[in-house]
Amino acid sequence: MDSLFGHLLGVIRTAESGIALSAQSENPGLITRTGSYIVRRIDLIGELMLEHLWLVILTVIIAVIVSVIVGIIISYYDNAAQVVLWVCQILMVIPSLAMLAFMVPIFGIGFTTGVVALILYSLLPIVRNTYTGIRELNPAIIEAAKGMGMTEWRILTRIKIPLAMPVIMAGVRTATVMVVGIAAIAAYVGAGGLGELIFQGISRANEPMIITGAIGVSIIALTFDFFMNWGEKRLAAAGRPGRGQNND
Amino acid sequence: MIKLEKLTKIFPGQKEAAVKELDLEIKEGDVCVLVGPSGCGKTTTMKMINRIYEPTGGKIYIGGEDVLKMDPIKLRLDIGYVIQEIGLFPHMTIEQNVATVPNEKRWPKEKIKEKVDEVMTLVGLDPNIYNTRYPSALSGGQRQRVGVARAMVSDPPIMLMDEPFGAVDPITRARLQNEFLRIQERMGKTIVFVTHDIDEAIKMSDTIAVMREGVIVQHATPSDLLSSPADEFVSNLVGRNRSIKRLHLIRIHEILDEIDRLKPTPENASTEEIQKQLDKSEIRAVMVVDRDNKLKGIIGANDLKQRTGEVAADYCQDVTDTITSDATLNDALSVMLEAGEGYVAVVNENDQYEGTITLGDLLNVVKEDS
Repeated sequence: MDSLFGHLLGVIRTAESGIALSAQSENPGLITRTGSYIVRRIDLIGELMLEHLWLVILTVIIAVIVSVIVGIIISYYDNAAQVVLWVCQILMVIPSLAMLAFMVPIFGIGFTTGVVALILYSLLPIVRNTYTGIRELNPAIIEAAKGMGMTEWRILTRIKIPLAMPVIMAGVRTATVMVVGIAAIAAYVGAGGLGELIFQGISRANEPMIITGAIGVSIIALTFDFFMNWGEKRLAAAGRPGRGQNND
Repeated sequence: MIKLEKLTKIFPGQKEAAVKELDLEIKEGDVCVLVGPSGCGKTTTMKMINRIYEPTGGKIYIGGEDVLKMDPIKLRLDIGYVIQEIGLFPHMTIEQNVATVPNEKRWPKEKIKEKVDEVMTLVGLDPNIYNTRYPSALSGGQRQRVGVARAMVSDPPIMLMDEPFGAVDPITRARLQNEFLRIQERMGKTIVFVTHDIDEAIKMSDTIAVMREGVIVQHATPSDLLSSPADEFVSNLVGRNRSIKRLHLIRIHEILDEIDRLKPTPENASTEEIQKQLDKSEIRAVMVVDRDNKLKGIIGANDLKQRTGEVAADYCQDVTDTITSDATLNDALSVMLEAGEGYVAVVNENDQYEGTITLGDLLNVVKEDS
C-alpha cells in the first residue's frame, strides 16, 4: 500500500511542478494547493483511506456471505425469488442519504450504521447474480448430475456453484465498486473514511480537501475494480475449458 | 429384470396423462427401444425408471425390487444414464467427468483411475490423450462417447439412454451405434433406449416398444414388428420400404461367406496379373493388399490403361470409404451412396481386408427376404 501511495504522490508532484512551471503564477493553483495539502496531511489521509478500505471490505465480506446464501436458497423457490429480488430492488433505489437517515434511529451514529446501510445496498447485485447464475445453467447438466445419483448438496457444491462462479463474481464486483462510492456518503453518519474529507471540505469551503477525498475514493474504486476484474478473468479461464491445463 | 406395471404419469397442471397405465417387461441383457413420435411419452417413461420423474401411479420393479420404495440416490448410482444433450460438466476434465459416479460411491482413487482408463479405452478414446481435456475441446462424437463412458464406468447392470447418438452426423452416428453394439455384446447390460428414429430402433434393439399418446401400441422383436405390424400406426411408422429396413437387421459378416468376396490382389502383382483379375472382377476394380493383408488401395480399369508402373503398388489409388464387418447392410448401403460407388471394401479393426460387398449383394438379400 505504501509503495502504491508513494508512486501516486510522485505522479501528482511531477504533474504539479509541470503545471506550476508553465503557469509561472504567483498565486498557487488548485492542483498545487491540493498537492501541498496531501503532502501536509498524508498521515490523516492514509488513516482515512484505511478506514474507508476497512468499511468497504467488511461490508463486502458480510454482504457476499448473506447474499450468496440468499441467492442459493431462492434458486430453489421461484415464488420467494420474486419477492426477495423485489425487496432488494427497493432497497437499492432508496437514496443513500435517506437510507443512512433511516439507520440512525436504530443503530445510532457511527461505523455500524454505515456498514448496515452499505450491506443493504450491496445485496441486490450479488443476490441477483447468484440467483440468475444458478438458474441459467444448462438444465441438461443438472439433470445428468441428478440422474447419475449425485445428492442435491453435491450438485450444488460441485456443479452449480463452480459453474455460476463467474456470474456471482461479476455481481460482487458491481457491489464492491458501488459500496466504495456510497461509503463516502456514510461519513455523514460518522462511519469514517474518505467521505470525512469531502464533507469537512464542503463545510469549510476547502477545495483541496474535497478534491483529495474524491481522488482517494476514485483510486480505491478503480483499484478494486481492476483486481476483481483480473480475478474474475482468472476464474473464468479456470472454469472455461479448452485451454485450461493450468488449473487444479 | 425391469417390470413396469400400470405406470402412469400426469404432469401438474395437465389434464391428459403423459403416460397411461403402461405395462412393460424387459428381460435381463436385452436392449429395449422405446420409439414413437415426439410427445408420445417415451422419455417420460424412461425417466420414471430412475425417478427423475416420480410416477403418478403404478409400480416399477427392478430385479423384483420395488423401485418406488428405494432411496432414489442409491437407485440412480446403479443405473447408467445417458441423456440427449449428454450434459458433460464443462468445468471438469474428461477424467473427472467420467469419474463422477465412482466418486459418489467413494471408491478408492487407484480403482477410479483404473476403471476410468478402462472404460475410456472401451469407447475408443485414448485415456492418455483425452483424460486431461475439457469437454469443449472434443468433437460431438467424442462427447457422446464420453457420455457413454461416464454412464458405464461403475458397471451398472442397467442403462437408460435417451437418444444418446442424436446430436451427431449420420456417418458418425452409424459408427457410434456399431461400437455400442459391439460393447453391448460383451457387457450384456439391460438397456432402455429411447429414440424417435425407427431405423435406429430396428438396428439397436432386441425388442421394440412402439409408443403413442402415452401407451404402448406394440412390443415385439424388430423382425416381428417389420413382418406383422399391429395396426396402421405401427405400419406407418415402420414405413413402406420394409425390405430396405431389413438391411438394418443383417450384419455384413453374416452374408460375407455367401457372397463373391472379390479376392485381394497382392501389392507385388504384375500388370498382367492385375489385368486378369480386373477382367474377372464384377465391379471393374481390384483391391490391393500388403503382406499383412492390410488394405492398401484400389485399382480401377482406367488406372491400368497407361502403363505407368510395374506392380500393383504403383497403380493403386487410396480407398476413402471402408466399412467393418460388424456394421449392418444398411450402413454399407449408406457408404456406397455417399461415395457414389456400387461397392464398398470390408475391413476388420486392424484394417485387414475381408472382402468387398456390392449393391448386387444387397439386392439379393432383399430379394431373398421378401
